[in-house]
Amino acid sequence: MKAITVKRHLVESFKSLKRNGWMSVAAFSAVTVTLLLVGVLLSIIMNVNKIAADIENDVQVRVLIDRGTTSKQREVLKKQLSGLNSVHNIKFSSKEQELKNVVGSYGNEFKLFGGDDNPLNDVYVVKTKKPSQTVKVAKEVRKMKHVYDAKYGGASAKKLFKIVDGIQKWGMGISLLLLFVAVFLISNTIKITILSRRNEISIMRLVGATNSFIRWPFILEGAWTGLFGAILPIIVVDIGYAWIHGILSASLASTGYRLLSPGIFLVQIDILMILIGILIGAIGSGLSMRKFLKI
Amino acid sequence: MIEFKHVFKEYDNNVIAANDFNITIKQGEFVYVVGPSGAGKSTFIKMMYREEMPTSGQIKINEFELEKIKNKEVPFLRRELGVVFQDFKLLPRLTVFENVAYAQQVIEKSPEEVKERVERVLELVGLTDKTTMFPNELSGGEQQRIAIARAIANKPRVLIADEPTGNLDPNTANDIMEIIERINKEGTTVVMATHNSSIVNERKHRVLEIDDGRIIRDQKRGGYKDESNNR
Repeated sequence: MKAITVKRHLVESFKSLKRNGWMSVAAFSAVTVTLLLVGVLLSIIMNVNKIAADIENDVQVRVLIDRGTTSKQREVLKKQLSGLNSVHNIKFSSKEQELKNVVGSYGNEFKLFGGDDNPLNDVYVVKTKKPSQTVKVAKEVRKMKHVYDAKYGGASAKKLFKIVDGIQKWGMGISLLLLFVAVFLISNTIKITILSRRNEISIMRLVGATNSFIRWPFILEGAWTGLFGAILPIIVVDIGYAWIHGILSASLASTGYRLLSPGIFLVQIDILMILIGILIGAIGSGLSMRKFLKI
Repeated sequence: MIEFKHVFKEYDNNVIAANDFNITIKQGEFVYVVGPSGAGKSTFIKMMYREEMPTSGQIKINEFELEKIKNKEVPFLRRELGVVFQDFKLLPRLTVFENVAYAQQVIEKSPEEVKERVERVLELVGLTDKTTMFPNELSGGEQQRIAIARAIANKPRVLIADEPTGNLDPNTANDIMEIIERINKEGTTVVMATHNSSIVNERKHRVLEIDDGRIIRDQKRGGYKDESNNR
């Protein structure tokens, strides 16, 4: 396709968006409503995934080593740990590293505890082969020498996993359903605008326009509809998420689980909504064109 | 060069619109297609630009063998043909200039080339002063002239006209015929279906008469009615 043709299609698609007036508004609203719901669902699903990952990481035993334990004694302890049947792997995390994690999660205020003031323990992070083994492993480890404590967070994991699984499946299902509905709505709306222009299309074919030459302005028109339809949902989801994040973070703080912070996450969601909008718009109008292009 | 070989066309409702058509039209010829309504004139015309496919037989338009080309290639066949209709078939939302330019844009000409060509063909049909008007602001004769300008914009080798004067008064019809004959003199083949007996009788060319799906007369410089056996 030549550059002038691309330019022509772009101009043409804009013109026809304007000419179709209310039909464009209708298609545009369909996209807006769908993307709004999809945006909300996506935020929920992605956060659930995040928490699921958090829980998964919790399926481990954190062996807090007594302060003042020498590196030799630590090695002995490590051997003992790896001797346990259900242990999958062992990672060492120094107290400096532990502090870094805390600062990363809760903020720079905790930098105060650096150096000799660090109240944390060196830690062996022991992963078990199965989530259910954490309890048993923790019990055994507590009896070992140089162990200050053994913590595990996966006690209620099973129940949580079930809930998470449900949310993921239903959320994805509903999102997909919504996208189908949107494609259908848009293709129907555009079909009406095309119906009124069937005569034009037949004339276009008559003077030797190829199908793609006829189709492109319509597909672009759909894409614009999707793009403009995404604006409102983006604004609502961005503001809404920041607000809800503020409220929920406070109440979730005690559980140790955290929501995805706005910022990059919202940028991702915004881009995703724009892409989905453009895609359903373009597909919707592309589909509704097909019938009229049969020769 | 247009060639029909043993062309049959039967519609789904069992109407036979073409019963063994065998015709050869040479480049540069002017052919009237006459006959009563429903005789098969339109089917004949439509098969040429592949709006209808024959049930059997071969049609060749220049190098295109119509029964062999794929749907994808049809636009390229149509670029070799200019088609003009009784109801003009202009794009109502485009100006005169844009209507004619459309045919050129389709074949991806540069804006400069389009402008030059559109001005040339509008000059040829005598409508240079109305380029910015819309079709519904023009008279029937003027609209038909735009349609002809559009049809010849891509310099087709064949001009197909289905009742081009059907909606026009006699004077305007004469003007249109002047233009079509001028195009023919420049070497374009013209195939024109018509009911207008005075035109056919006054401007003599080859005549094909179709009746009941058969070609019953193929006469050089013939009249609207076959005078040889006093029908």
